[in-house]
Amino acid sequence: MSYSSIDAGWWPFVYILVAGWFATDFWRYAGVLLGRRLSETSQAFVFVRAVATALVAAVISRLILFPSGSLAETALLLRLSAAVIGFIAFLLAGQRIAVGIGVALLVLVAGMLSGF
Amino acid sequence: MQNTAAGAPPEGTNLLWFGRGMRKILSLPAFILMSAFVGFAGFARESGIEFAHAVFMTAVIWALPAQVVLIAAIGAGMTIVPTFVAVTLSSVRLMPMVTALVPDLRAEKTRTLTLIFLSHFVAVTSWVMANQYIGQVPRRFRTAFFGGFAVTLTTMNICVVAVIYELSTGIPAPVLGVLFFLTPIYFLTSLWATARDHVVKIAMVTGLLLGPIFHLLAPDFDLLLAGIVGGVAAFFIGRRFPAGGKTAGQ
Repeated sequence: MSYSSIDAGWWPFVYILVAGWFATDFWRYAGVLLGRRLSETSQAFVFVRAVATALVAAVISRLILFPSGSLAETALLLRLSAAVIGFIAFLLAGQRIAVGIGVALLVLVAGMLSGF
Repeated sequence: MQNTAAGAPPEGTNLLWFGRGMRKILSLPAFILMSAFVGFAGFARESGIEFAHAVFMTAVIWALPAQVVLIAAIGAGMTIVPTFVAVTLSSVRLMPMVTALVPDLRAEKTRTLTLIFLSHFVAVTSWVMANQYIGQVPRRFRTAFFGGFAVTLTTMNICVVAVIYELSTGIPAPVLGVLFFLTPIYFLTSLWATARDHVVKIAMVTGLLLGPIFHLLAPDFDLLLAGIVGGVAAFFIGRRFPAGGKTAGQ
């Protein structure tokens, strides 16, 4: 039973609910049930937060190194330099997020315009 | 964090904090996320997904990677069970994220049902935003505040998908590319700036380094593996070398 195999208006919605909604919110609800028992000062909490943070950091790496769409057409070295320079600028500016984003953006656009 | 003394009523009401949360959608991260959904709307349309389905999946899934996986599966003509498995794998990351957020969100009287409802609105951007702002909110109003910005953020992006899909605006590809680049840089700087202890910073470094390695070794499980291995490593490195002298974030 694929997305287009049942010719009825309701079927794609059921498909999205089962393969999309349930597949995603299941994990969110499980997260609530686990987190409910967790004290904010416990070592278990520190541990779970470390896992969640490392996971999001891996998302960051993936978005920079292996992007999809038109960003994939820019050079890897350009994206990496833009991210690194932006992060250094962010640290130098007293951890101001807007500075980091602005500088990274400038480096990326300058690189794209000069044909990298 | 201010705990008000007994007798003195804490500042504000749920409605006020809900409103303050809503105001956060006029912020840089909200703008960045919207630009990502502009890209998603274009992608859905190009992939032959109908308008109503694109809007519906944004509302019920609310996790960009899962939505992209779902559309790819639909495009490949996959049946419902393998699609379910693929989307499930791309969404496991939400569990530790929600688990780590719940102790920050809940107050003594918060009902589990409230948390279950709010958890639907947790995705990477709202998670990073919550880490950034939630410490400034009195504990008993945190669910209201989170609801204010997270529900509004979702609603707003459902509208973005609807409008952009209909307009099918010809946003040039390089512009979309540049906008996409804002997302990882925002995550990177915001997570670092709001890290409350050194374990979080170590976890960022391990995750950043292990992510690409596992992406090449096991592309289907890269995030999960980087999260678990990187998280375990950060936890033990953090215990072995407590932050001596360094002050822990905010």
